[in-house]
Amino acid sequence: MPRIPKDWKLPQEPGDFLSDVGHTPEPRVTGWMNTPPVEIKRGMHCYAAKPDRLKKMGMPNPREWSAMDDDWKLPENWKETFLDGMKDRLGRFRTFQLFMDICVRCGACADKCHFYIGSGDPKNMPVLRAELLRSIYRQHFTTAGKILGPVAGARELTYERLKELWYYLYQCSECRRCSVFCPYGIDMAEITIMGRELTNLLGLNIDWIAAPVAFCYQTGNHMGIQPHAFVEMLEFFVDEIEEVTGVRVQPDFNRKGAEVLFVTPSGDVFGDPGTYTCMGYMILFHELKKLGLDITWSTYASEGGNFGLFTSNEVMKRLNSKMYAEAKRLGVKWILGGECGHMWRVVNQYMGTMNLELAEGSKMEEPVSPITGTKFENAKSTKMVHITEFTADLIRNNKLKLDPSRNDHLTVTFHDSCNPARGMGLFEEPRYVIKNVCNNFYEMPENTIREQTFCCGGGSGLNAGEDMELRMRGGLPRANAVKYAHEQHGVNMMACICAIDRAVLPDLMTYYVPEVDITGIHELVTNAMVLDGEKKKTVNLRGEPLPGKEDKK
Amino acid sequence: MNVILSLTISSLAIFGLVVIPFLGVWVAHLNVLFGIVIPYIAVIIFFLGMIYRVVKWAKSPVPFRIPTTCSQQKSLPWIKYTYVDKLDNPSTRLGVWGRMILEIFFFRSLFRNSRMQFGTGQDVRYTSSKWLWIGAMAFHYCFLVVIIRHLRFFTQSNPWFVTLTENIDGFFEMFVPAVYQSGLLLGAALTFLLLRRLLSPQLRYISLPADYFPLFLILTIAGTGILMRYGLKTDIVGVKELTMGLANFNPTIPEGVGVLFYIHLFLVSILFAYFPFSKLTHMGGVFLSPTRNLENNNRAVRHINPWNPEVKLHTYEEYEDDYRDKMIGAGLPVDKQPAPKEEKE
Repeated sequence: MPRIPKDWKLPQEPGDFLSDVGHTPEPRVTGWMNTPPVEIKRGMHCYAAKPDRLKKMGMPNPREWSAMDDDWKLPENWKETFLDGMKDRLGRFRTFQLFMDICVRCGACADKCHFYIGSGDPKNMPVLRAELLRSIYRQHFTTAGKILGPVAGARELTYERLKELWYYLYQCSECRRCSVFCPYGIDMAEITIMGRELTNLLGLNIDWIAAPVAFCYQTGNHMGIQPHAFVEMLEFFVDEIEEVTGVRVQPDFNRKGAEVLFVTPSGDVFGDPGTYTCMGYMILFHELKKLGLDITWSTYASEGGNFGLFTSNEVMKRLNSKMYAEAKRLGVKWILGGECGHMWRVVNQYMGTMNLELAEGSKMEEPVSPITGTKFENAKSTKMVHITEFTADLIRNNKLKLDPSRNDHLTVTFHDSCNPARGMGLFEEPRYVIKNVCNNFYEMPENTIREQTFCCGGGSGLNAGEDMELRMRGGLPRANAVKYAHEQHGVNMMACICAIDRAVLPDLMTYYVPEVDITGIHELVTNAMVLDGEKKKTVNLRGEPLPGKEDKK
Repeated sequence: MNVILSLTISSLAIFGLVVIPFLGVWVAHLNVLFGIVIPYIAVIIFFLGMIYRVVKWAKSPVPFRIPTTCSQQKSLPWIKYTYVDKLDNPSTRLGVWGRMILEIFFFRSLFRNSRMQFGTGQDVRYTSSKWLWIGAMAFHYCFLVVIIRHLRFFTQSNPWFVTLTENIDGFFEMFVPAVYQSGLLLGAALTFLLLRRLLSPQLRYISLPADYFPLFLILTIAGTGILMRYGLKTDIVGVKELTMGLANFNPTIPEGVGVLFYIHLFLVSILFAYFPFSKLTHMGGVFLSPTRNLENNNRAVRHINPWNPEVKLHTYEEYEDDYRDKMIGAGLPVDKQPAPKEEKE
């Protein structure tokens, strides 16, 4: 499924990419407020949301439009709507009000943004991306701005400036790397979230976000997979797994009375290499059945990810509600969540707050691993456990038969996905799991991992095909670090715990470091697992020969 | 705004702010206005302004608990959760206190600062860069020391911490009067922050008059202060009489206090009045920042959103209605059996 659009060419050599990047703003004297109106570039933005997506969600101003057009077909009172929306949000989000007021423009965030590093466009410095909105805030909401205008850094909201704001709000992947370095904790992701809520008041979403949202609302998952198709796809995996391992797994769907509900991003059901991770889950659950795991998948809550996070808090809540609603309906005790990035930002920082009422009267309780008896005290309110927490606990208690040598053909590094890193702090669990299932593990340089990890370039709904240049530019710092690990340690596989990573990083690697492939952690886990009743394995889930076990014909 | 315009506007503003008290006191002899009325008004504006700011921030609720987690989370008991983790990814109130203390007193986040550099081709490197942190620490702490030293003008007997600060600050007693390092360092730090803004193309590009003006203002305040102490001597007894009068709400205008002092005092008054309406409010704002001052314990303790919205959901019942036949066809359990088809006649 090559997704690079035909009419756009990447530079031949990745190195050429930087030849047009000055990394310093062009003008020596001119300040940013005097720069000409934004030029909307092909390859640097995503297609506009189609009207039926917005209609499905009951969102304003559904129509056909394109960011390349002069006329964006805005409602007549767009300015009033935007400013009213801003006022409303300033009063509802302390983050927004505070982050509009306290930035001192120290510039510590500037070179922390992967989009700035890769594009050299100064308006991609987080401070300046925020100033685009802040200048409008000053003009319309502060006395100094009203009186002094540009001297106070204030700018009237105009059609051109709205376009500029839109362009740069959809060039931010809400990765929060800048907020790690900000001395006041100003979080560009939060400002982007607010900004995108405002653009949604005018019907200015992108289709790569709006479509998954509408699909998820209707079918329960971003891919728009209907229940029967969802079952078929997993049953296809059952056959695949049997072919490789000789073991026939039996996933359950929508089963009432199960102890645990499993929710994972539908991207892993749909596209390689996420599918191998999905097979990994299925094998793991099958093995654990005998040890007492009573788990079910759901076709209704068949999506862990939540593109509502990139739309508005209301839409996020609407999509997220299915997890608790389904947990209650099925009568499960707790929810196990698969490997996904922004899903875990939502689960860890928003879900309980938004939707815990829906679990009232359910059978849900503090999660306990039925196999080890471990209580997941850190999840006692939200009642949702990350699968690497779950698996790490299994490994720690020697519940899995592992033969890490089966992964010996791999030299693995780990990409901390932005959201579990900076919206959760999930660092040790995945590393513990990897180190127990792989013999060769190396870290990337320290400024590019853990809380300082770099985005894959396609987070927050920007993982489309039409914005490939943006993705390749934004992914440059990550690719650069992978290249280093490849050259220094011979790394040929990068593990990650995010479905968007698994969709985005293969393209990035193909472009910059073709020697490195992408995997989810549970693909590695189950490739190393010695299964009950397995046949003599000669290949792994990808059909690649296992080291030392090649078919001798 | 371009850099020349920004610098011009800021310098002209400072020039004006020096000329006003100069003419006001030297020519028009408005000593009462500049020595008593304006300082009082400025202090009132400062306090009311800051209260207004903080109340405005505080009135805006925190719907979600969204700390930026900069270290390992508290998870399974055997997964290391060290004191560093407790501070950079706190799970308790105590940890949050620690994080905030580090942030407010030691600029923890700024300390992480790194610098990105391009090598050849696509090679990007990141090196630790502590200069901004050093400059910021030097500026803020010197400013604090200077403020503490100035308390001697507002108290009859010097409190112990003022004396202590003075003694440490004037440790190198090479000159008479003792040269306070804080004043000189303050000037140096401000100059660094200013040069950084002017020399870095990125910073020059984003900087506004609102960035240069406070630097110029504080530099001028420090300059006039230093000039009074080491250069054009001021009647220090007269000054203390005036400041004590202000502090005791029994203001007087003693004779013989030079115009330089009035300029200094006027600029300080401007700084006070300007403070709540400028980026300098970061002093108050940092305490309220939701990405720093909250625990990362959402999954263990529920955070309440005071305006949690009612939203329209696509319920399971509706979902089953939409797909019932397909679900039955795929062998999925359904809650409601399909209505028996009407018999064909």
